[in-house]
Amino acid sequence: MKYIDEFRNSQVAKKLIENIQRKINPERKYNLMEFCGGHTHAIHRYGINQILPANIKLIHGPGCPVCVLPIPRIDQAIWLANQPDVILCSYADMLRVPGDKQDSLLKAKARGAQIQIVYSVLDALEIAKNQSDKMIIFFAIGFETTTPPTAHAILEAKKMGLDNFKVFCNHVLTPVAMTAILDDNEVNIDGFIGPSHVSIIVGSDAYREVAQEYQKPVVIAGFEPLDVLQSIEYLIDLINENKPDIINQYTRAVNPEGNLKAQEIIARVLEKRQQFSWRGLGQIAKSGLKIRQEYAHFDAEVYYNLPEFQSDDVKSCECPQILRGIKEPKDCKLFGKACTPENPMGACMVSSEGACAAAFQYSLISR
Amino acid sequence: MCLAIPTQIIELLDNQMAITSLSGVKKEISLALLMDEVKIGDYVIVHAGYALNRLDEDDARKTLAYFAELLNEENYNEIH
Repeated sequence: MKYIDEFRNSQVAKKLIENIQRKINPERKYNLMEFCGGHTHAIHRYGINQILPANIKLIHGPGCPVCVLPIPRIDQAIWLANQPDVILCSYADMLRVPGDKQDSLLKAKARGAQIQIVYSVLDALEIAKNQSDKMIIFFAIGFETTTPPTAHAILEAKKMGLDNFKVFCNHVLTPVAMTAILDDNEVNIDGFIGPSHVSIIVGSDAYREVAQEYQKPVVIAGFEPLDVLQSIEYLIDLINENKPDIINQYTRAVNPEGNLKAQEIIARVLEKRQQFSWRGLGQIAKSGLKIRQEYAHFDAEVYYNLPEFQSDDVKSCECPQILRGIKEPKDCKLFGKACTPENPMGACMVSSEGACAAAFQYSLISR
Repeated sequence: MCLAIPTQIIELLDNQMAITSLSGVKKEISLALLMDEVKIGDYVIVHAGYALNRLDEDDARKTLAYFAELLNEENYNEIH
């Protein structure tokens, strides 16, 4: 059992697709949103979008943390990287995300700013330990999967008395974003393919509001192709029966209450912001996290009294509509021409989980 | 960002750390977020240097048993 190959068998995939074809009602459409960029990537990589019946539409959601971070936060990260004696540590994806006037951390690095790509916040802690004459700022982004590592690292920094370690916190919350999309009447969604690894942390019960108040079924799905197909089959069943339930397909990793230890670590160090701005979705109340007063010593926003920036997206970039599932990458006139993974104009083209990057890399449509 | 992968624990270290191996690539990771004890040989989902949880083999086998049923086979042939 290696937990990978067993979930990629093409014979089983064929059977699951036959089941889906047998179960769909040809008289109706099924609009399924995969919230998470990991699923967007898997769906394109394995060609799942090309083998489903035509009346099942997969809508790519905003679950790509690189894509939803608004431009002013990128500008603030660039500002932080430019402060004296700072080493800004960041996950790799963030370096190419365009900020204001197509500036980026990568360009700031080329101009001489000290920016270090890290795989983990633990690497940033290590750098802080070894370089006491520098201020190490960790550019913390992501949904509930990357949040507990950030919170744990702050606890570790406190334990070690690392005064030269700061965090620029941009963590955001999945279930809140789901309800924000459902409040926006422009998007027609019949059910959600729920996130895999976010759900490990928050648990399948976290989607109760989506299922009960908004009457939308949610199936928590693993990231492998057979997981996605089996979850689509479950969703078709729930939609046909008009049952807005939560089903956990990813039982080998997700339980109803989630990882309570990780939740406790998050709650100890971080708290909800009143508002946080999302690219494409605008301001969403209580959708982001900030560092609690008790740990303000490690908060880069407080320590540097971070200035606010105002900037707009590239005018013709359709990322905001693509993130909400209103448009598809091919509807953007920049897609594959002015905007490519090598030279991204919008955030959805940066990370491999972005809808545009996934479509560009794996799509068979002419570009 | 969220493309965490199942990887096997091959060595337990001090300070809630462990070494994992994925197709021969070894990586030092943190076990600080895990609720239950893990042992050598267990598989964990690792994300950004931290194990998020231990994968449950019994639950995985139940899913695979359903796949075997689809193929009308007694046992699900693992492909390697």
